Amino acid sequence: MHHNCQQPKTEVIEMTVKTKHFGEIEINQEKVINFKEGIPGFEEHKQYLLITDEEDSTSPFSWLQSLEDGDTAFVLINPFSFMPDYAPNIDEDYLKTLGEIREGSYLIYAIVVIPQDITAMTANLKAPIIINIETQKAMQAICQNEEYQIKHSIYAEFEKSQLKKAGE
Amino acid sequence: MLALTRKKGESIIIGDGIEITVLEVQGEQVRIGIEAPKYIPIHRKEVYLQIQEENKEATKSDKESIEKLKELFKKD
Repeated sequence: MHHNCQQPKTEVIEMTVKTKHFGEIEINQEKVINFKEGIPGFEEHKQYLLITDEEDSTSPFSWLQSLEDGDTAFVLINPFSFMPDYAPNIDEDYLKTLGEIREGSYLIYAIVVIPQDITAMTANLKAPIIINIETQKAMQAICQNEEYQIKHSIYAEFEKSQLKKAGE
Repeated sequence: MLALTRKKGESIIIGDGIEITVLEVQGEQVRIGIEAPKYIPIHRKEVYLQIQEENKEATKSDKESIEKLKELFKKD
């Protein structure tokens, strides 16, 4: 056994996936985010793409698109956009399963539920999506904070912050 | 499911890293102590189930709604 023996590299194959919201999208293998444990309720889906709105870079919303099933996509929100002091308490050793913890090596998102009545939309602050952008590994972690809810109403928060902006 | 009878103060070892101890028994309530490697997440099952349900609901969010939202929160 040679320790410096390299793993055979997976060939970069051009792949596309048919999605519900974005039509057929091309998959750049380098951008694939791996959820080793899947996402609760979708344990069998391990690979996702993070899709952000290129036309509107100020949008707090992004999409997490499953590559195994085009119909499965989550709307994500940057929780700091409405709660600047959001600080989920997640065990460091658990976080390290995604790779080294470095300043700026993580992205944190909350999964959003948007019903027909958008004023009733909620974000899951209890179980944030954490992406290590250096290793492209990610998880949905459940934080210890008692104050963060699975269904945190965000519409009112938005209105508040919009009003604040308008007042500036 | 494997069922074991344990008394207060007694433990169960799972593999070589997880120990579950019965700390206290009071009527219908049992207090359980868990020692496990920190990289293993431990949750109350009902919280985990709620998150599963919430995630399933989240995938039903439709694009029209988010378009409406984006309009609403657009910076001028």
